[in-house]
Amino acid sequence: MTALVPRRGLAQILALVVILAVDRMVSPQFFDLRLQDGRLFGSIIDVLNRGTPVALLSLGMVLVIATRGIDLSVGAVMAICGAIAASLADSHGLPVVLAAALGAGLVCGLWNGFLVAVLGMQPIVATLILMVAGRGIAQLITEGRIVTFSSPDLVWLGNGAILGVPVPIAIALGMLILTGAMVRGSALGLLIEATGGNARASELAGVGTRAMILAVYVWCGVCAALAGVIAAADIMGADANNAGLWLELDAILAVVIGGTSLFGGRFSLVLAVLGALIIQTMNTGILLSGYPPEFNLLVKAMVVLAVLLLQSPKLSGFAGIMARLRRTKP
Amino acid sequence: MKGLPPVLITAIVLVAGFVLCALQFPNIASTRVVGNLLTDNAFLGIVATGMTFVIISGGIDLSVGSVIGFTTVFVALAIERWGMPPLVAFVAILALSAAFGAAMGAIIHVFDLPPFIVTLAGMFLARGASFLLSTESVPITAPVYSTVSDFAFRMPGGGRLTAIAIIMLTIVIGGVLLLRLTRFGANVYALGGGRATASLMGVAVGKMTVKIYMLSSLLAGIAGIVFSFYTSAGYSLSAVGVELDSIAAVVIGGTLLTGGQGSVIGTFLGVLIQGMIQTYINFDGTLSSWWTKIATGVLLFAFIALQQGLVALARRPVAKRAGAVS
Repeated sequence: MTALVPRRGLAQILALVVILAVDRMVSPQFFDLRLQDGRLFGSIIDVLNRGTPVALLSLGMVLVIATRGIDLSVGAVMAICGAIAASLADSHGLPVVLAAALGAGLVCGLWNGFLVAVLGMQPIVATLILMVAGRGIAQLITEGRIVTFSSPDLVWLGNGAILGVPVPIAIALGMLILTGAMVRGSALGLLIEATGGNARASELAGVGTRAMILAVYVWCGVCAALAGVIAAADIMGADANNAGLWLELDAILAVVIGGTSLFGGRFSLVLAVLGALIIQTMNTGILLSGYPPEFNLLVKAMVVLAVLLLQSPKLSGFAGIMARLRRTKP
Repeated sequence: MKGLPPVLITAIVLVAGFVLCALQFPNIASTRVVGNLLTDNAFLGIVATGMTFVIISGGIDLSVGSVIGFTTVFVALAIERWGMPPLVAFVAILALSAAFGAAMGAIIHVFDLPPFIVTLAGMFLARGASFLLSTESVPITAPVYSTVSDFAFRMPGGGRLTAIAIIMLTIVIGGVLLLRLTRFGANVYALGGGRATASLMGVAVGKMTVKIYMLSSLLAGIAGIVFSFYTSAGYSLSAVGVELDSIAAVVIGGTLLTGGQGSVIGTFLGVLIQGMIQTYINFDGTLSSWWTKIATGVLLFAFIALQQGLVALARRPVAKRAGAVS
């Protein structure tokens, strides 16, 4: 576990605990759980369930950011893959639907990776192209309509349960473990961090930086595809205009809250997912407390600013205090 | 070089596209259509001018769309609910948006943070603030609005050059002069070339960063006012995604996203190209509006790939010469 949760996770865990405590204050039933029809219900489960798309996106995004990149297209990729899944769902079996959607995500990731790794474009620009065009492509697939479906298999993916745990949560957890095993169980994570730290030096040291960059964008595309399928399965339909809208920003925010530097070179999967949960806990808390949901954006803006200032290279005061705290601990 | 070839290519694309459109739909080649094109894209032209400065200086400003949205809501509420005279409301919102931009610039410089993420926070903040003001569309009925909306120069051929189109053209010309002829403009290029080098050359990097983001937000504020003239209403969800349209216009206009090269004229042509695609799709009638996004994406890719090629070409001989000397 120490490999997955470095010591710097303390601040994030504290933040989550504080927000959970606040949520408990505004809504006394916050921690209540009940089992109904073989599925757990409760606010906590709700937070986890709704946090799934952003958590999945952040899994891919954190690797991209670790290579000093950024992927703005994940929201659009979600829309494309959700549209594909929804339009195939009623005529094909679940394996075909999943393969088509994830395949599309893979192709989107390959495209982004090709632009960044092979053509050498700036990541923010390269992924901007798909961000702009992607929603158009998604609408082309749905022909401008909101495609609905009733295939029980796909609906189960969004609303079913395994041993009481909602399927989306199980999928997100599985992806976290799979990604963790891949990057931390081998040298892959280290190579990705090396690429982000100094691409040229890593290249000279024998790291296949191009392959690394290509791989992280592909993985990011696949994660976005999965998030898109789950989002579509959740509402039993695909809305090319609104699926995944602005979620790229939430995913970046989750990664930043998770302490991964936007300048690349280090990352933590678990903390990124924790960041996604922090965002969702805040959202749910604001809804439960009866404030208008419009407050969300303001609160998010404040959180981004606060986290950025703490991360700022010029403001090492906070880091110094944390280091001293750590040193005084036995 | 000085960034001229990309602008030339943009101009050729615009002219060629326009000729192709006109061949298929002869009615496109009229001053009416051109006048409408300028009016419909007036706010985009204004924001994109500000974005050009930011991008040439090596930054990016994602908050402009939200600033436009906030401006329309603020102006509508100020005039209709709080009883401010329109001019006072305009001055107040312009001061507010300039201060907003200055604050973002200051944060970017003082804390040495990536502009992308700071202006992202600004985007959330401005959009959230406009939601707080009002979530519904507020119509504006002040007499100034109908006067400005009705005002237009008649062009030969029946086209109308409206007031907001004139505002946009004025700002674009102002932007060209500011970027090309003043010390401020030269400093913007210097910053884009490299912050450290600019600083060593004696450019006050901090002050410049603040001023550049201030300019961008100020122009976004003006664009918001123009947008409220255009729709005669204030709505917190207006101009969602305009930041992307304006970045696309800047890039299509041949400005390097890494900074240091570019021009306001190119951006203006980029705005016209986007407007032309929209017009073509309207004329065709069978194509859906989402083709606009795909076409913009394809153009964006083509221009960035072209830039990448040009940069690679420009670097090659330099590397060879350096090799020969050593």
